[in-house]
Amino acid sequence: MQTTETKTTYNQPNARGYFGDYGGKFVPEILIPAITALEQEYQKAQNDPEFLREYHELLEEYVGRPTKLTFADKLTAHYGKAKIYLKREDLCHTGAHKINNAIGQILLARRMGKTRIIAETGAGQHGVATATACAKFGMECIVYMGAEDTVRQKLNVDRMQLMGAEVREVTSGSQTLKDATNEAIRDWVTNVEDTFYIIGSVVGPHPYPMMVRNFHRVIGDEAKRQILEKEGRLPDYLVACVGGGSNALGLFYPFMDDDVQIIGVEAAGYGVDSGQTAATITKGTPGILHGSLSYLLHDQNGQIELAHSISAGLDYPGIGPEHSFLHDSGRVQYHAVTDEEAMEAVKLLSQKEGIIPALETAHAFAWLENLMPTTSKDEIVILNLSGRGDKDMKTISENL
Amino acid sequence: MNRITKKFQEKGADEKLMSLFITAGYPDLESTVDLVLGFEKNGADLIELGMPFSDPLADGPTIQYSSDVAIEKGISIDKIMDMVGEIRKHSEIPIILMGYMNPVLRYGVAKFCERAKAVGVDGFILPDIPVEESGLIEHEAAKVDIPIIYLVAPNTSDDRMQLADQKSGGFVYCVSVTGVTGARSGEEVSQSVNTFIERVGKNVTKNPKMVGFGIKSYQDAQQIAEKADGFIVGSALINTIKDVYPQQNWKEHVFEFVHSLKFGK
Repeated sequence: MQTTETKTTYNQPNARGYFGDYGGKFVPEILIPAITALEQEYQKAQNDPEFLREYHELLEEYVGRPTKLTFADKLTAHYGKAKIYLKREDLCHTGAHKINNAIGQILLARRMGKTRIIAETGAGQHGVATATACAKFGMECIVYMGAEDTVRQKLNVDRMQLMGAEVREVTSGSQTLKDATNEAIRDWVTNVEDTFYIIGSVVGPHPYPMMVRNFHRVIGDEAKRQILEKEGRLPDYLVACVGGGSNALGLFYPFMDDDVQIIGVEAAGYGVDSGQTAATITKGTPGILHGSLSYLLHDQNGQIELAHSISAGLDYPGIGPEHSFLHDSGRVQYHAVTDEEAMEAVKLLSQKEGIIPALETAHAFAWLENLMPTTSKDEIVILNLSGRGDKDMKTISENL
Repeated sequence: MNRITKKFQEKGADEKLMSLFITAGYPDLESTVDLVLGFEKNGADLIELGMPFSDPLADGPTIQYSSDVAIEKGISIDKIMDMVGEIRKHSEIPIILMGYMNPVLRYGVAKFCERAKAVGVDGFILPDIPVEESGLIEHEAAKVDIPIIYLVAPNTSDDRMQLADQKSGGFVYCVSVTGVTGARSGEEVSQSVNTFIERVGKNVTKNPKMVGFGIKSYQDAQQIAEKADGFIVGSALINTIKDVYPQQNWKEHVFEFVHSLKFGK
């Protein structure tokens, strides 16, 4: 029987860069010309076959896409419920999904005639991806990184420097991703004429949240095609970790109009009520930070609170505005897991599948403890394995 | 009449008005009212009272520092409103609250505007609210008849300057260089700034023009404000306080600096 009901099509953000009530461009006037020019150039590039060809060719030949969708047979047997597939972003060049976006943005920077690239980084994965892209394209690269993170992620600092990037340690505030982002924005404000700011997540002023999501949608596009090839049907669940939320939206976005349950997993740190958490959706309320309106961790005076997570990449008091919208609308369910639960997941995946996940990614795996018992054997879960754990070996060893 | 507008009407033909920015609660909660009253006695024509935010991304290290100190000492919007109320018992100097939107949003936009009106605030400057996002506050501000002062920069287009003029009340804030507050020296900015202010003058016709960013001395101020109605000093004032606080008579040193900014000695 034919239904007359028209299926709603997910179509976010609006022309002003709003996902429902969230997003926008809350930036100093000085940056308005830069983000307006970026918005216009991005619109043009999106419709330019030559831009798209070069982007996809680089993803294929340089990044190593498409990444595999691996059936995790041992992990599936461990839970004895739904089939678990892993989207292998850990196999991307540089070891995480971040490179998809860095390549896209550096192509834009080149189109716009910018020669100086700046970036912020937490775990260092976005910094490494940006340094990599800059080396490949012969551009000057400056990466802002919290002093605490340069210790936690020493290996990534060495990688960036080896590729010719200048890593600027940020010693203000919590010395983590939030403060690195402040410094990167200050640099941008000061050097806006020749500088392109490659933001590493679906955060910041419009058009960044939309643009970064679109550069990562290749993850979900591939996963959809691959699961249809392997199983002949769509999955029942998508699971991904969420800090700023770029790997999650990359996987989720192409499935928005499908009958799929979508789950984002935040970092609870020591626990959502411990006062030392990074669970922005779970514990936060709407506010403005780094150019957009979204859920935030802030005190009753509106001062931003320091986030805590064992994972440097999730240690951020904000979240991309699209996630705030998806939370409010109920399309995506958000949960949080603790540092300890994430560490257990690192061990489990390493031992069952021979894959050491990044600590960020481990948060998504940790939620399987809650999700899997509720599933059945004929169901399918796709989990975004957003990055590999080599960079975290120091932290992992200390916490084993 | 709004105190800012009145102040510009009373201004002498060749006079440059001086607006001073001070972070509320810096260097301590007790000093803010005394400092503002002392600034007025020593030549300040307008006061921009900074509402501290933990992540002031349009500001340089100086204002990040003064904001951190004030937050550490327990500053809040309620305390800032009380400070304005206290100043109003002694002075009619125009007071503009300047700060990032998040603390205002958290406080409640309507409550913020009503409270500001009740204590005698004359304007708002919100550096992370460009005109396209003004919907968050402009209606509530208009209800209590407090103008919003928008910023224009050398890279702002003519169209946007006109829009800023149309939406602003009191004056238009001209950011003399691209950069965070306190980042450049006066010499560096003085050459290009006149060209910029002349262009502002063609587009901003309704409001007076105040120019800021990078002013450290009377000479800087005179050069930079040549084509404007006045100038704004922030970071240099905070740095002066930082140098002398808490020495004995530190306020006297600060007031001397303020006096020299306006009068050259």
